[in-house]
Amino acid sequence: MPSVSQILTLSVSALTLASAALAEEVRVYNWSDYIDEQILSDFTAATGIDVVYDVFDSNEVLETKLLAGGTGYDVVVPTGTFLQRQIQAGVFQPLDKSKLSNMGNIWPEIAARTDRYDPDGTYSINYMWGTTGIGYNVGKVTEILGADAPVNSLSLVFDPANAEKLAECGIHILDAPEEMIPAALAYAGMDPTGQDQASLDKAGEVLKAVRPYIQKFHSSEYINALANGDICVAIGWSGDVLQARDRAAEADNGVEVEYSIPKEGALMWFDQMAIPADAPNPDGALKFIDYILRADVAALASNYIYYANGNLASQPLLNEDVIGDTAIYPDEATVANLYTVSPPAPKVQRTITRLWTNVKTDQ
Amino acid sequence: MGRRLLIFVPYFWLLALFLIPFLMVFRISLSDYDLAQPPYSPHFTGNVMEVVRALDWENYTFIFGDSLYLNSFLSSLRIAIISTLLTLAIGYPMAYAMARAPRGVQPLLVMLVILPFWTSFLIRVYAWIGILKSEGLLNLFLMSIGVISEPLSILNTNTAVYIGIVYAYLPFMILPLYATLEKMDDSLLEAAEDLGCSRMEAFWRITIPLSLPGIIAGSFLVFIPAMGEFVIPDLLGGSNTLMIGKTLWVEFFNNRDWPVAASVAMLLLAILIVPIVLFQKVQEKEAGL
Repeated sequence: MPSVSQILTLSVSALTLASAALAEEVRVYNWSDYIDEQILSDFTAATGIDVVYDVFDSNEVLETKLLAGGTGYDVVVPTGTFLQRQIQAGVFQPLDKSKLSNMGNIWPEIAARTDRYDPDGTYSINYMWGTTGIGYNVGKVTEILGADAPVNSLSLVFDPANAEKLAECGIHILDAPEEMIPAALAYAGMDPTGQDQASLDKAGEVLKAVRPYIQKFHSSEYINALANGDICVAIGWSGDVLQARDRAAEADNGVEVEYSIPKEGALMWFDQMAIPADAPNPDGALKFIDYILRADVAALASNYIYYANGNLASQPLLNEDVIGDTAIYPDEATVANLYTVSPPAPKVQRTITRLWTNVKTDQ
Repeated sequence: MGRRLLIFVPYFWLLALFLIPFLMVFRISLSDYDLAQPPYSPHFTGNVMEVVRALDWENYTFIFGDSLYLNSFLSSLRIAIISTLLTLAIGYPMAYAMARAPRGVQPLLVMLVILPFWTSFLIRVYAWIGILKSEGLLNLFLMSIGVISEPLSILNTNTAVYIGIVYAYLPFMILPLYATLEKMDDSLLEAAEDLGCSRMEAFWRITIPLSLPGIIAGSFLVFIPAMGEFVIPDLLGGSNTLMIGKTLWVEFFNNRDWPVAASVAMLLLAILIVPIVLFQKVQEKEAGL
C-alpha cells in the first residue's frame, strides 16, 4: 500500500532541493531506507551534479508512475519481476554500456540470475539483492514459544497455533502479494512459483487461517516496529530486518532482533537500476549508475544498508559483519534453497490482487 | 453582453475542469487493459460514430459480477452515513451556540471554525495517529486519570476512521448550519412562546424546520466527500477497512487496470450524482420561496 509518509518526505525533499534547480541534476527514485546519504553528497562533490533523491516503498507505486509516463526521474530501482513487465511496456531506454566505465566490477553470477528478467542486462544493472525471510524479536519469541521456537521456519507465522500465541505481541507481514503468496506456498510444501488456481487457492487458505493474528500488512513500518520491540515477528526483506537489528542495538533498549532464511525456502529478489525512456537527463543517470558501480561506493552502500550488492569488486571492501553474515551473503547450501518468481499474466494478476484484498479485509 | 460573459465563466470552468476530464475517464473506462505506457488501449479516438459502434461495457459487467465492489460501496455508504449523522449531532449544537452568541463574538467563532484549514489536511490527519495510537495522547490521558487500565486500540480500526472523518469535515457542517441559524428571525420564537409553546417545542417546531436547508447543505458537504474518502481510511483505518476509495487505489496501483479503475470511478460518480441533483432541487425550491 502507499504510504502517505513516503509522499510527505518526497514532497519535503523536492521542496528543499528545488532551490538548486539551476545546476545540472539527476533525479533518483529509490526504495526507502536504501542508501547511505553520504554517497549522494560524495557524488555531487565528485561530479558537480546535484541529486534529487525521492523514495517509495512499493513496486506498485513506482510502476504506476512509470506507466503513466513523464515521471521526471532519471534513475529508478524496480525489482526484477516488475522490471521485466515494465521493459515489455517500453518504459526504459537501453543502457549505453560504453559510458559505464565500471561495468567490469559487476558480479557475473548475479548478472546471470537477473538475465531472466532483463536478458543481457540491456536495460538494467543490479543495485542490491536479498531474500524475503523472518525477522523476529529473540527475547519475546523465546518467552512466548519457548527455547525451541521454530524461528528458522515459516511455521512460526503460518502455523495458526504459533501465530495465535504471537498475535498479542504483534505480527507484521509485507503488503506484497507477489512475495507473500510464494511464501505461503513454500510453507504448504507446494511449488512457491506456482500461479495456477489450485496454488492460489491453497495460498489463500494458509493466509486466511492466520489472518486474525496478523496486526498489519505493511512494507516498511516493520523496521521501526521490530527495532522498538513493538512487534514480535515480521516477514520482511533481509536488509530491512538487519537495519532493525542495528537500530535496536544502537538504542540499547534490550530488544534483540534476528533475521532467518526459512528452511522451507525463501524468495530471492533483485533490485535493478534502470533509466526511464523519457528521463530528462540520461547522461547524468549513466554517470550516477557508473558511480554506484564503483567498488568503494557499492561497498559503502552495502555496509550501511546490510543488503548484498551485485558488485564483485566491492567484496574485499565489505565489513566482516556484511560479507561474513550468511543472512546477507548466503552460503551455497542456502542459495540452493532460494527461489525466484516470474511476473504473473494480467488475468492471473487480477486473481492474485483479489485474493490479497480478500485476505487483508478478512472476507 | 457583459452578462453573457459572466455566464460564460462558470460554464467554461465546468467544461474545462469537469466535463473534459470526465470524458477522458469515461473513454478509459471503455478501453482494454494493455501492457504499454499508458497501460490501456482505447477502442476509439474521438469520432462519434466510432464511439457508438465501439461501446464496450465489459469492465462494467466485470464490476457487477464481483461482490468486492458492491461490498466496498456499501461499506463506504455506511461509513459516510454514520459519519454524517455524527457530524450533524456534534455540529448542530456548536452552530446553534455560535448563532446565539453575542454579535461581537460571532466573527471570532467563525474564524475559529475555519482556523484548522490553515494547516495541511494531511498533517491534521497525521496528528490523529499520534493521538489515537496505543501509546498515544488519548490513551496516556485516559490511563493517567484512571478511566482505563489497558490502552484502547483505536488506531487502525473503523472507529478511528469515524473520528478522522468527523474531525476533518465538521467545519463543512457547522458553517452552512450557522449561516441559516444566524439569519433566523428571533421574533418567530417569541411568537411561538406567546402562543403557548415551550422552549423545547419551539425549537423542534420552529428552529429545526427553518434550519433544514442548512442541515441538508451541511450533510451533503460531509456525505459526498466522505463517500470517496481515501486518505483517512488509509492512514487511520485498518487492513480490514473496506472503502471504495481504497478499492479504487488497489485497482489502479496493484492491478494496473486503469480501465476497471475508471469504470469504478464512473459508477461512483453516477451514484453520487443522485444526491447532488436532489440537493439542487431543494435549493431551487428554497430560492423560489
